[in-house]
Amino acid sequence: MNKFYLSSLLAVFVLALIAWAGGPALPWLFGIVLPYAAVILFVVGVIRKVMGWSRSAVPFAIPTTGGQQRSMPWINQNKIDNPSTKFGVFIRMALEILTFRSLFRNTRIKMTEEGRFSYNLELFLWIGALAFHYAFLATLVRHLRFFLEPVPLCIKAIETIDSFFRFEISYDAIQFGLPGVYISGIVLFAAVSYLFLRRLLISKVRYISLAQDYFPLFLIMGIAFTGILMRYFTKVEIAAIKDLTMSLVTFKALAFNVPQGIGPLFYIHLILVCTLLAYFPFSKLMHMGGIFLSPTRNMTANTREVRHVNPWNYPVKVHTYEAYENEFREKMIEAGLPVDKMPDESTAEEEKE
Amino acid sequence: MSVMAPLGSQKEAILGRWLARVIDTYPPETARFLRSQKDPFANPVGHATRQSLTALIDLLVAGLDEAAARAALDPVIRVRAIQAFSPAQAVGFVFDLKVILRETLGTLPKAADELSLLDGRIDRLALIAFDIYMQCREKIYELKANEMKNTTYKAFARAGLIKDQDQGAGQ
Amino acid sequence: MADETPKPSELLSNIDYRPPAKQWMDVPVNIRKGMYCYAANPKSVEYLGLPNARAWNPTDEDWKLPENWQQILHEGFKERLEKFRSIKVFMDICVRCGACADKCHFFIGTGDPKNMPVLRAELLRSVYRNDFTLMGKLLGRFAGARPMTIDVLKEWWYYLFQCTECRRCSLYCPYGIDTAEITMFGRELINLLGLNIDWIATPVANCYRTGNHLGIQPHAFKDMIDFFVDDIEEITGVRMEPNFNKKGADILFITPSGDVFADPGTYTCMGYLMLFHFLKEKYGLDVTWSTYASEGGNFGSFTSHEVMKRLNAKMYLEARRLGVKWILGGECGHMWRVINQYMDTMNGPADFLEVPVNPITGTRFENAASTKMVHIAEFTADLIKHGKLDLKPERNDNKILTFHDSCNPARGMGMFDEPRYVIQNVANHFYDMPANTIREQTFCCGSGSGLNAGENMEERMAGGLPRANAVKYVHEKHGVNMLACVCAIDRAALPTSMAYWVPEVQVTGMTELVANALVLPGEQERTTDLRGEPLPGMEEADE
Repeated sequence: MNKFYLSSLLAVFVLALIAWAGGPALPWLFGIVLPYAAVILFVVGVIRKVMGWSRSAVPFAIPTTGGQQRSMPWINQNKIDNPSTKFGVFIRMALEILTFRSLFRNTRIKMTEEGRFSYNLELFLWIGALAFHYAFLATLVRHLRFFLEPVPLCIKAIETIDSFFRFEISYDAIQFGLPGVYISGIVLFAAVSYLFLRRLLISKVRYISLAQDYFPLFLIMGIAFTGILMRYFTKVEIAAIKDLTMSLVTFKALAFNVPQGIGPLFYIHLILVCTLLAYFPFSKLMHMGGIFLSPTRNMTANTREVRHVNPWNYPVKVHTYEAYENEFREKMIEAGLPVDKMPDESTAEEEKE
Repeated sequence: MSVMAPLGSQKEAILGRWLARVIDTYPPETARFLRSQKDPFANPVGHATRQSLTALIDLLVAGLDEAAARAALDPVIRVRAIQAFSPAQAVGFVFDLKVILRETLGTLPKAADELSLLDGRIDRLALIAFDIYMQCREKIYELKANEMKNTTYKAFARAGLIKDQDQGAGQ
Repeated sequence: MADETPKPSELLSNIDYRPPAKQWMDVPVNIRKGMYCYAANPKSVEYLGLPNARAWNPTDEDWKLPENWQQILHEGFKERLEKFRSIKVFMDICVRCGACADKCHFFIGTGDPKNMPVLRAELLRSVYRNDFTLMGKLLGRFAGARPMTIDVLKEWWYYLFQCTECRRCSLYCPYGIDTAEITMFGRELINLLGLNIDWIATPVANCYRTGNHLGIQPHAFKDMIDFFVDDIEEITGVRMEPNFNKKGADILFITPSGDVFADPGTYTCMGYLMLFHFLKEKYGLDVTWSTYASEGGNFGSFTSHEVMKRLNAKMYLEARRLGVKWILGGECGHMWRVINQYMDTMNGPADFLEVPVNPITGTRFENAASTKMVHIAEFTADLIKHGKLDLKPERNDNKILTFHDSCNPARGMGMFDEPRYVIQNVANHFYDMPANTIREQTFCCGSGSGLNAGENMEERMAGGLPRANAVKYVHEKHGVNMLACVCAIDRAALPTSMAYWVPEVQVTGMTELVANALVLPGEQERTTDLRGEPLPGMEEADE
């Protein structure tokens, strides 16, 4: 089983090595062609995947009902977990997407054998997942400063909040914390490490884990790690990088002039990001889009109130009452059950045919 | 009483090791869940196992009362009787205790006599475990054979819809 | 230490407990006795016109599959990916976080890691990746893909019939991935190869032909009900005259045939009769039974969507033929999943019926406005709320009750408070089980979705353990001796599960409790409940 994470780890190392060797030598390939290709793959891939899902029919309304249904007015409905209105579904989905509500169900207070109440390890999955996703989001938003000139105020504000926590280590060798420390980067790295260790150490999770579960974790770990290195330890030429990113977004990069002085570390960072983008649509990372289309969550639980239409509903062979009565008529009459046709009529009809 | 006293004081350690061994009879993916999930309702198997083993160690120190031993063994055997274990695997964990006692207490002076006394008790426990195992299996076979009869057949018979060979039904 | 006897460790050394740690794809399926149901009788498969009817045995090497079975599965898979967005999305988005892993009663009870819902789905996903995804085609095993082989098929079969479609895992999944949906789909696929189990196939064939699972013909159905009428007369002194197939009745009543033919469901059935008699005498409500639509349950839903539709069609067909206003449904689990989430879509619109209104209370059941079918718990709760029933709850005083939320009315409908309201109004002693085992978090009885056969008793007992364990807790803590439920499969399966795990507890339907408490006009003084057991305080009088 080890081969699954070892192969993923190896893949990420190989990628890093390629970028380290190739980046500075072929800057236009690694700095321009690769990002454009990755973004194109990402955009086209995600659109195709989501279109593919949407093309499939939703034949039945199958929400998972996680609370009291709407019934009589004096019975309290759980309007979020069993939503009978579109608004309820919106709240349910929002909580699902923004707070991972179903995952949180795992962590509800439980009783131990001694009758005490306690949370168990599952709480950490929820916290870890939330920390990971929000840190990723914050990091992404922060990175917009590289793609916008001038940098909008809101992004600057987010950066300020993100780096409110300051401590500085000023040695000659390390100058840590001189640019404010971004919480998001640290949290991202910690959370992704937690998610990895969890996969490795919890045997039941290790049992179900595939190479494709480890690979994105290593990618993201690598991205966070190189990012942290560039910011706090091996200082890179930020201005040159911003020149590059700005020329990418303004399509001036098509002239293939890569600014000088960008270190190999940046190319490692970049190739991992590009791999993540390109890999995204073909992987489980598409859960980001899939959650919106999950029929057990995004459908209204008013299934007896409003008829859901199945686009491919087709007529089926049924056993009609007529056929039933024909088979059992004598016995039904004998038992005193009403029948539609008395025996003489039906035989007379059969004879006519 | 060169072993019995330490046995009492080492109870937690012995229980822990024994529990670990019993839980290791399950696949590793399952074992961790059985170990870590403390909620008795989310993890009835782990709960029953822990409950049984704890009671058994107490009994071992206090002396073996047949009825109490049955009551202590029942939950864990009842569970193992329907799981993917051979009869030997289902009840064999009782013997594990011998190994564990020797590992934990074996170096004490004059341990041998006490240990052989305990061995005798453990053997009796194992026999009781086997009895319970067989009772559970018999119960399963009985349920297999009679479920339909107890429900459908009974209802039909009451309604006089089943002709008995000896007597007209439904009287 | 002078120990002459062999060391226990030596004695034990030949027992190999721990299976070698292998990746799950490398662990071959072991079809274990007691954990599977017998193969479908070919006659039943043939009667329904389903493919590949033949005698076969799951433990045989040769499953007598059609020559091109892999192609049939591949095409069946492909077709359904287009027809069911649920499947397509669920195949793609699982991140294997493991949140569902320990939520399955079969995993908890058996300890078999392939019963973790995520892995049960991975059994199918691995083939999906191989056949339909780029990554799977390029990277094979590293992308979690594997080709369809006969061993994979056997694994599918074994584990698809170790899922009761209870949806508990779906509740905890951050993406709402529903194993019930995956199991339904998987079973639909293997049915293309004629790989059903007999406990499903034969009830389906029976139901199709005679209207109910046991194949009871119309006259025998009426005989059974007539017998209940006699029994009730003996207990209450009141004779009821139920309607059968009556045109122009107000309401058509449909309940699972298990209530008519199997104890203890029969007592619930007597309860229905008494309730309807009461409503007729007091308020003139006219309810009819049907022998044609004499099955509420739908084992078709455990076979395929098409067979589900074919069996379900009878409800609306019969309602239309009899010209009733709306339909009332009895206590059943999966029947209500079908009614609540499938019936209207499949066989509706039911525009020939009226929006259900309780003529006695005037309540308009808005939540059933389109499907036009109301649950007996909703109906009875409404009657009690408006004080329309004459009740003596003390007649149930010797019953200390708890309530088992059946999976389907729980997670496929959300009916939690109605049955509790009813039970607490007809009985005085009620204790709920611990919070993480009831309502939406309820544990399955272990025998749902067509698995309540006899030959798989170990499977059923293992699956029933988490539920039984919670019952045992309230039994020990509060002296609970009666487990109430609103599902016919529960009434068939739980008594057996209780007999093994908590023998002191019996099983009852909700309406049985209602009928025990219900005071019929002109009744004699009752000395026993419907089971013939003395009422509280009547122990002496019972001669």
